[in-house]
Amino acid sequence: MSVKRTLFATDKIGFHLLHTLFQTSLKYENIRRYDEWFVTSLLVDDGRVEGVTAIEVRTGELVTILGKAVIIATGGCGRIFQFTTNGWIKTGDGMALAYRAGVPLKDMEMVQYHPTLLPNTGILITEAARGEGGHLLNKDGERFLKRYVPNKMELGPRDILSRAEMSEINAGRGFEGPYGSYVNLDLTHLGKITIEDKLPFVKELAEKYLGIDPEHEPIPVRPGQHYMMGGVHTDMHGFTGIPGLYAAGEVACVSMNGANRLGSNSLTECLVFGAAAGRAAAGYAVKMESPSFGNPVQGEVMMEEKRIFDQILKHEQGERISSIRTEMQNGMEKHVGIYRDENSLKEGCRIIGDLKTRLSNAIVEDKDHVYNTELVAALELDFMLDVAETIPYSALKRRESRGAHYRTDYTKRDDANFLTHSMAHKTPGPPRIDYSPVTITRWKPEERVY
Amino acid sequence: MSQDIATIRVTRYRPEKDAKPFFQEYKVPYRHDMVVLDALNYIKAEIDGSLTYRWSCRMGVCGSCGANIDGEPKLTCASFLHDFKGRTITVEPMPNFPVIKDLVVDMEDFMEKLVKIKPWIIREKETPPEQGEYKQSAQELERYSQFSSCINCMLCYAACPIYGLNEKFLGPAATALAYRYIEDSRDQGKDVRFPVVHEMEGVWECTLVGECSVVCPKGVDPMLAIQKTKILGATNAIKSLLMPRGGH
Repeated sequence: MSVKRTLFATDKIGFHLLHTLFQTSLKYENIRRYDEWFVTSLLVDDGRVEGVTAIEVRTGELVTILGKAVIIATGGCGRIFQFTTNGWIKTGDGMALAYRAGVPLKDMEMVQYHPTLLPNTGILITEAARGEGGHLLNKDGERFLKRYVPNKMELGPRDILSRAEMSEINAGRGFEGPYGSYVNLDLTHLGKITIEDKLPFVKELAEKYLGIDPEHEPIPVRPGQHYMMGGVHTDMHGFTGIPGLYAAGEVACVSMNGANRLGSNSLTECLVFGAAAGRAAAGYAVKMESPSFGNPVQGEVMMEEKRIFDQILKHEQGERISSIRTEMQNGMEKHVGIYRDENSLKEGCRIIGDLKTRLSNAIVEDKDHVYNTELVAALELDFMLDVAETIPYSALKRRESRGAHYRTDYTKRDDANFLTHSMAHKTPGPPRIDYSPVTITRWKPEERVY
Repeated sequence: MSQDIATIRVTRYRPEKDAKPFFQEYKVPYRHDMVVLDALNYIKAEIDGSLTYRWSCRMGVCGSCGANIDGEPKLTCASFLHDFKGRTITVEPMPNFPVIKDLVVDMEDFMEKLVKIKPWIIREKETPPEQGEYKQSAQELERYSQFSSCINCMLCYAACPIYGLNEKFLGPAATALAYRYIEDSRDQGKDVRFPVVHEMEGVWECTLVGECSVVCPKGVDPMLAIQKTKILGATNAIKSLLMPRGGH
């Protein structure tokens, strides 16, 4: 980052935050965790969210958990894309849950790409590598960013760096590897001490996952999906508009990131707006009566049982879910990726629509109750396709380029028509897109110049 | 691009079907940069959707993909297939744990132990966040830093001969995490944490074989933590014999 604004724990900040939070949470005996439970639906009664249905993965049982308030904190949906820094579990579940319950998904076309992923696995090489002085080089050994962001070079914004890399690759100035095209991230001039003291994790990842020693060789990198600026529409208290339902973190779109997130601001989303959502949900819960397991909740649970056990698990013949998942990831990367235009986005919409039809006929080979990860993967894919579909539909209507959303057929920002949030609503057919106003207070939008 | 073929033998055990575990063999094409986890994912996607294992980050951070690979506890995401070129790779669930299904083991025991060592900063009196953070120098951080890198992957428990015999042993990772807080200059909870570490059976049985430290994928040295807590424990025991304890 070009302005220092973050505290570091070497290059393992997220890791240490996660473990400190988890370990400290163990202090509170009244917190009950449901480890390895998978939420399949929200229970809605008369416009109020009253709990969830969830599979206890260990037994395979579908269980109803009633609650006065539900906070969704499931993170992003990177697994929709072919190249992503996200873990396997980031399948947009919470976005789909809220979307299906009637909450719009906001600004879904705003997908952040990170410029430095290992090209074989999508493993993230942190920004700190460039912050410490690493260089991005094309196959001619040239610091190609001088043509794109001459004043910031490697410290330029993620979206511009990602597009610059793709432009170099498209112009034939990238490298070709067994895992596709890439450019180089060169740290060799930083020296052993800087690499070991400041970038120990970068060194570990390059060595363990690519067999490369960054002190002596450049690291192959390419851009890939990293973060969703968009997500479940909430107000600043994490409230979704449906009584009892809150969301915070990457899953939500409280809209502090606009069309492009700055590094480390996801922490603000988690910490500041996570706390706000917690307070709002608690304030709501103390006022409310406990929900009861009567109608219509009971009926919803029976429907959910039917959907999972009588439909998804019952198919004996059909294609594997993995081929549908791979085609979704490739289709999103190719048609709804870094560079978009009218034709590619229409193709993206078509592909996702077709895949949804195919998934309804796919098979889950594993029929076990106990720890059925294939069933979970099928349910996750069902969530992902719903969420994925909102991205090309939202992007298609936004006929401009803004932040992370870049249209080669509309390369300029158009504040007159599009200084507005897109809202994707679930319908029985494709998503319906409408808009909600952007509230501008102290900071006026300006031209981006570097 | 030329591809080699790996032969992988994976433990299968589906409790609803199988009376006992057995090996199933698969052939997997692979590239030079592919790891055992990639092979498992290939099998699940292309050959057998019922193969069951845990994974998420595929970068050695989430700690969920541990298995016994050719008899050694390893992260499947960090084990290159080409290291086994020309021979069959055997992938089994981590030893010393109850098996739920295929490669998935039950880690409840560790979760209970983790709570017991109170892995959080304990203060005699908490100050509100508005009064600022509890500060620490780089030297103070260095005293426990390595022990905070534990990813709870359980490879050290899988490798531990003592835990294999006596599961009441607090074990390598939990002791390392206890020591991480004991050595933290901001922590004032030694008096409540010490008895837990020493009451648990096994610390004194640990012969410091050091298998735990060898298999740790994050460079943590649990053996050192066990050794240090033994020394601290012995010193404390002597102190408590020699000196009267006030205020307790």
